Amino acid sequence: MQIRRRSLILGSGAAGASALALAACGSGGSGSGGGASSSGDAVVFVNNTEPENPLIPTNTSELGGGDVLNACFSCLLAYAADGSSENEVAKSIESEDAQNWTITLEEGWKFSDGTPVTAKSFVDAWNFGALTTNAQRAQSFFEPIEGFADVSAKEPTAETMSGLAVVDDHTFTVRLNSPQSDFPSRLGYWAFAPLPESAFEDIEAFGELPVSNGPYKVESWTHDSEIVCVPNPEYTGPRPAKNAGITFVVYADEETAYNDLASGSLDVIGGIPSSALSTFEDELGERAINQPAAILQFITIPQYDPNFQGEAGALRRKAFSRAIDRAQICEAIFFGTRVPATDFTSTSIEGGGATDIPGSEVLQFDAAEAKSLWEQAEAISPFQGELTLSYNADGPNKDWVEAVCNSVTNSIGVTAVPTPYPAFGAYKEQIAAREITGPFRSSWVADYPSVFNFLFPLYASASADGNGSNDGQFKNEEFDRLLAEGQQATDPAEALAKWKDAQAVLMENLPSVPLWYQNTMGGHSEAVSDVKFSWNGGLLFPDIVKG
Amino acid sequence: MIWYIGRRLLQMIPVFLGATLLIYLLAFYAGGDPIQAIMGDKPLSPAVQEQLRAQYNLDKPVLVQWLIFIGNVVTGNLGVGFNGRPIVDQILAAFPVTIKLAIIAVIVETVLGITAGVLAGLKKGSIYDTGLLLVSLIVIAVPTFVIGFVAQFFLGVKFQIFPVNVGRDPSWFNLLLPGFVLGIVSFAYVLRLTRTSVAEVATADHVRTATAKGLSRGGVTMKHILRNSLIPVVTYIGADLGALMGGAIVTENIFNIRGIGSLLYDAIQKSESPMIVAIVTIMVMIFLVANLVVDLLYAALDPRIRYAK
Repeated sequence: MQIRRRSLILGSGAAGASALALAACGSGGSGSGGGASSSGDAVVFVNNTEPENPLIPTNTSELGGGDVLNACFSCLLAYAADGSSENEVAKSIESEDAQNWTITLEEGWKFSDGTPVTAKSFVDAWNFGALTTNAQRAQSFFEPIEGFADVSAKEPTAETMSGLAVVDDHTFTVRLNSPQSDFPSRLGYWAFAPLPESAFEDIEAFGELPVSNGPYKVESWTHDSEIVCVPNPEYTGPRPAKNAGITFVVYADEETAYNDLASGSLDVIGGIPSSALSTFEDELGERAINQPAAILQFITIPQYDPNFQGEAGALRRKAFSRAIDRAQICEAIFFGTRVPATDFTSTSIEGGGATDIPGSEVLQFDAAEAKSLWEQAEAISPFQGELTLSYNADGPNKDWVEAVCNSVTNSIGVTAVPTPYPAFGAYKEQIAAREITGPFRSSWVADYPSVFNFLFPLYASASADGNGSNDGQFKNEEFDRLLAEGQQATDPAEALAKWKDAQAVLMENLPSVPLWYQNTMGGHSEAVSDVKFSWNGGLLFPDIVKG
Repeated sequence: MIWYIGRRLLQMIPVFLGATLLIYLLAFYAGGDPIQAIMGDKPLSPAVQEQLRAQYNLDKPVLVQWLIFIGNVVTGNLGVGFNGRPIVDQILAAFPVTIKLAIIAVIVETVLGITAGVLAGLKKGSIYDTGLLLVSLIVIAVPTFVIGFVAQFFLGVKFQIFPVNVGRDPSWFNLLLPGFVLGIVSFAYVLRLTRTSVAEVATADHVRTATAKGLSRGGVTMKHILRNSLIPVVTYIGADLGALMGGAIVTENIFNIRGIGSLLYDAIQKSESPMIVAIVTIMVMIFLVANLVVDLLYAALDPRIRYAK
């Protein structure tokens, strides 16, 4: 079934598939379409899910809306397919101390209504997104900026963040709460897009038909049906559209989109239904896409579970991890669309997917070693109750969870019991209340291409206690210190080295057990070429050529 | 008669209240926290969560939420859904599509089902009868979604007779295949019911008398056999409307029809109580009205039936 809501939900879990599903798209039967062909090339039909929120950059946290925003908005940076980024609206983003940043814009940028893109367009948009009373879904992205605490309180004491200052039309400064050497890497995320002044006058109208500064603009949005985007005539940036427009067709089910691709009425799909996982590469041949995305699946083992505390707990965590035959499950259940994890991040980002982190052998399958570790733990203090692995059953999780449980049972001789929760909402509620016991399924999609974005939200002390996604309540001073030191480093290589050390701490403590990296899958019809996904699973729309 | 209809309509009020409360409680307790479901793996800040809770009345006790909902129903304004669009607008956009789909399905099951059933019943034991029974057995045994996918693959992808997905253009033609898939299981039941009932009535005394009087074969079939056979069939069709609406969830997803079924499915995934309850309540109401119509049809079919005051 589908899952929409890649919102971050992702997951193979999550609510389903939504998550990853990056939406499907499709077009109606006839291939008629919004803009008809002009200038020789044709409109590209892409599958999508209905955006869950109005098309406001700071209020979107899932790919259904995110894909449209990616096509229509240009941020300071643009991400390329390989996870690197290049300046787009920004001329330069500079800092001496990783805490005080000066951002200079290229001149001549305009929104689709002809008004200029200025420093104020960015500052106003970010302040809008951060203010609690606007209840924007992406509020937490502005957290590093000084003054965020004032605008994000339940009763905000300020309307704007003190860390943002407009210097002139094309320059503004950002002061952060603390040094963050990877701060620029997040500036290509759609939540940091500029907004025109007209947006603030009537944000509801804007959400229906946004005025944007990117390669495309939204021409019409027929709810639950299609979103027609046409090339933005005001766009003069580095990634102009090579097609006559993108029409996002809303599909409820990926299966239908996949069939529509086969029937030729759809050009690109950004997701493969689970029923076709084993066959899509054969069926589509060179038109199949199967590449790493910044998505990691893992199992969190909460710190508050007495079975996994202390010396015996540490041994059990290792035993559990070594008992899982990741390679076999990736092959047998996911048909090679997932890759066994060797670290806590992702292969699709710089510095991620390292294979040489000290202690990383705990992620290698070794049934004998697992059994021996578990028995050592039993000698110290016996396991109480039942070994469970919890998951939400409304996502495509059942098969692999049962496979993991079987693998654990076979390796250590203790029965691991798959424990389903019927709905994702109820599942997350239990997790948030810290009432779930034993290991539970988790997943993470990076918001920006940085190792830090995998480590800090999931394992830093500052992200525990409901302030982030540290649902296992892992707290480790050395780890926190290494993360902070990496952020203070002005040399990117030094930062990566620090974060690698931080991962070594995780290997030793195993607050979670990484399982596998999830790939982005998709495909396209014979009518189009140059279909590429970015590091985060979003399509690079302007590059697609049709006809 | 008028009294009877009036009383039946009045009975719908408590059913409406009870059904909405029950569904509200179910959605509330089974779905978990909608805000958690909205967030996914990336948490929203507590302040924004609180803001959203207040906006959707999720911070109030479930009974208060239900009373607010009932109040909204009375004023005709159900508020705004989780996606920022008015719930009433979303339902109004989806409903005509599902109605069209249901009309096609009902035509398939009644017209085709009764015709085939009468023919099979009159020629009981013939090859024709056996063949129809076999076909209906297969159709009943295979789940709707399998029929849907198979039909979509062969008629849509392979032979390209019908569109694979209905999507943006829910025209009658585009809905033909999904409507057929939706109605086909009921078609098999209607066929079997009609066949049995026709076969039974065909041997009744009054039919023999009518034939002996020299009435034409067609006249006997229409006036004396069919009419007397229809009561169980009509009863079934009334009750089947509920199953059709449930089946619409599956069928609409397969063919990407943006109707009530897919709207309901989305809302359930998001634990969006007002939307779930509004849609299910409408379905309950349709069901009640359809069954009232069925009860009234009894009298038309069999004049011996009278309604109490």
